[in-house]
Amino acid sequence: MDKAEERSLEQLLVSAIEGDERAYFAFLEAVAKLVRTWLRRKVTHGSLDVEDVVQETLLAIHLKRHTWRSTEPVRPWIFAIANHKLIDAFRRHGRLPLADSPALEAVEAAEPEVLQGWEIDRALQVLTPGQRSVVTAVSIEGSSIQETARDLGMNETAVRVALHRGLSAIARRFGRT
Amino acid sequence: METNELIKALAADTRRSGAPLGQAWVLALVAAVLLAACVFFVLLGPRPDAGAALSTVRFVFKFLFTIALAVAALRLAIALSGPGGNWRAALPSMLVAPVLLLLSVLLELAAVPQASWLVRLVGTNSMVCLTFVPLIGLLPLGVLLLAMRHGAPVHATAAGAVSGLLAGGIAATFYAAHCPDDSPLFVAVWYPLAIAILTGLGALAGRFSLRW
Repeated sequence: MDKAEERSLEQLLVSAIEGDERAYFAFLEAVAKLVRTWLRRKVTHGSLDVEDVVQETLLAIHLKRHTWRSTEPVRPWIFAIANHKLIDAFRRHGRLPLADSPALEAVEAAEPEVLQGWEIDRALQVLTPGQRSVVTAVSIEGSSIQETARDLGMNETAVRVALHRGLSAIARRFGRT
Repeated sequence: METNELIKALAADTRRSGAPLGQAWVLALVAAVLLAACVFFVLLGPRPDAGAALSTVRFVFKFLFTIALAVAALRLAIALSGPGGNWRAALPSMLVAPVLLLLSVLLELAAVPQASWLVRLVGTNSMVCLTFVPLIGLLPLGVLLLAMRHGAPVHATAAGAVSGLLAGGIAATFYAAHCPDDSPLFVAVWYPLAIAILTGLGALAGRFSLRW
């Protein structure tokens, strides 16, 4: 990524913080790509699912976006968060990122790959039914806030509150369920 | 849930994300100083001759030391409170207060006869210092940890410890106005001990409460 791309990423985040939904969407997509590429270089073996860490990083960036100082470059900030979440994930998986000795690799290879589904789907289970239906409607069904409000018979403010609380709860429970 | 589905949900959540870090720190600092002032004036208050003492170099130096410590700790705390913050750049200023203290100790050793060194070091108020600096700093520490939590510190224990150091600097600044012991020999022994109690508390609290 060159300087111009970094500038445009910062521009997107500035607009996003001012409430521009479209800019925020584009920003998060770019971040997901950036972090995914970076993680694939870092996580070369083991049972850690890179996409889990991408999602946890996105959640953390979302809830902590006010900690970016607009006078500072955005990429070190993004990668500091991603790294924090990666270390967290490694810790949960019972090993540190640098422990890639051959012996350990052999043990890992012997472990059967268990398909447990994504962390986020487990975190989703801890939401209240109301939060869960709002989060599912907006994410998986791709409904707008207005459509969700109409479909669920709620007012828009309640939908926004449920969405925000639901996402915060997911971030809290991520990987701990 | 696919990642692009999560992104849809995140982008739709346009509720304000919270005050910018700089703003949060200003607020926390003001609250911390006010709380320290309240506890100080209720429990201790300045010593009767504080006004007159302002013309003595030893009394004034106490504030120089505590304020230098607080300012450096504040810089470091702010840098530690956000991901990617350049906390290494804030480290050199942490040396200012210890160096000031060391210089003042050397000057004091040169200025007073050896026979009175120990008397001045022990002073009269060491237990008050060790009790009240932590007491004055406890509520400020709580507020500063809240500011840290509002941020996103990557090094939780260090962020907590530096919050404790800052709370200690603030508390010691108030306490210095009460304490009758002005010798740098007293300050160099008891103030760091008292501040270390808050630093340890902060580190412990940070370790458990600053995860995100």
